[in-house]
Amino acid sequence: MAFYESTFIVRQELSAKDVDKITEKFSGVVKKNGGKVLKSEYWGLRTLAYPINKTSKGHYVHLRIEGETSIAGQIERSYRMDEDVIRNLTIRVDEVSNDDSPLLRNDEEPVIEFDPINDDNFSRG
Amino acid sequence: MAGFNRNSSREGREGRDNRREGGFGGQDAKKTFFKRKRSCPLSGKGAPKIDYKDIRLLGKFVSERGKIMPRRISAVCAKKQRELAEAIKRARTLALLPYSDQK
Repeated sequence: MAFYESTFIVRQELSAKDVDKITEKFSGVVKKNGGKVLKSEYWGLRTLAYPINKTSKGHYVHLRIEGETSIAGQIERSYRMDEDVIRNLTIRVDEVSNDDSPLLRNDEEPVIEFDPINDDNFSRG
Repeated sequence: MAGFNRNSSREGREGRDNRREGGFGGQDAKKTFFKRKRSCPLSGKGAPKIDYKDIRLLGKFVSERGKIMPRRISAVCAKKQRELAEAIKRARTLALLPYSDQK
């Protein structure tokens, strides 16, 4: 058994309901192949960093999966068959945490201050 | 003293000596070029975990143009730089970070 993190982007035209349906569909694929969806996250309709297929936004869905190694290929195959999925990334991870992704975190939360250009360590003298 | 030597155009050797001592004022010149120890911002206790989903963290190691910052500027250690590059590339695949940004 191995852990996987799988993220896919759905076309922006679809409603939240459709996205839920698609998420369920892929969860079904995982279950059918003897895997488990440990966590399912919806990151919302995000602006893409660059246009994909001439669209500038997309619904992000993130799944954390446990299953046999063959499951990664199976889920990627089903992504490719679905025309509403415009981008996907599945990676194997050593362990899966139950915490929310950093993307879901509140903006107010303190972040480490690091400024490589104006860092004090680089000023001379 | 140093200023006097610099202005006097005697032998070439004299000029070279000046340079070696730091023509900008002896003791202070040494301080000017003192390099402070830089530590990797991604290793050690309390360092943030590198994650392709954490775009706020990754964004700090990317130039305005969207390029990955070189180690000599960000002071990231080699091991972490490799992890960082991988994470940035994954974030790019998911359109979380740009491949290139006009500026």
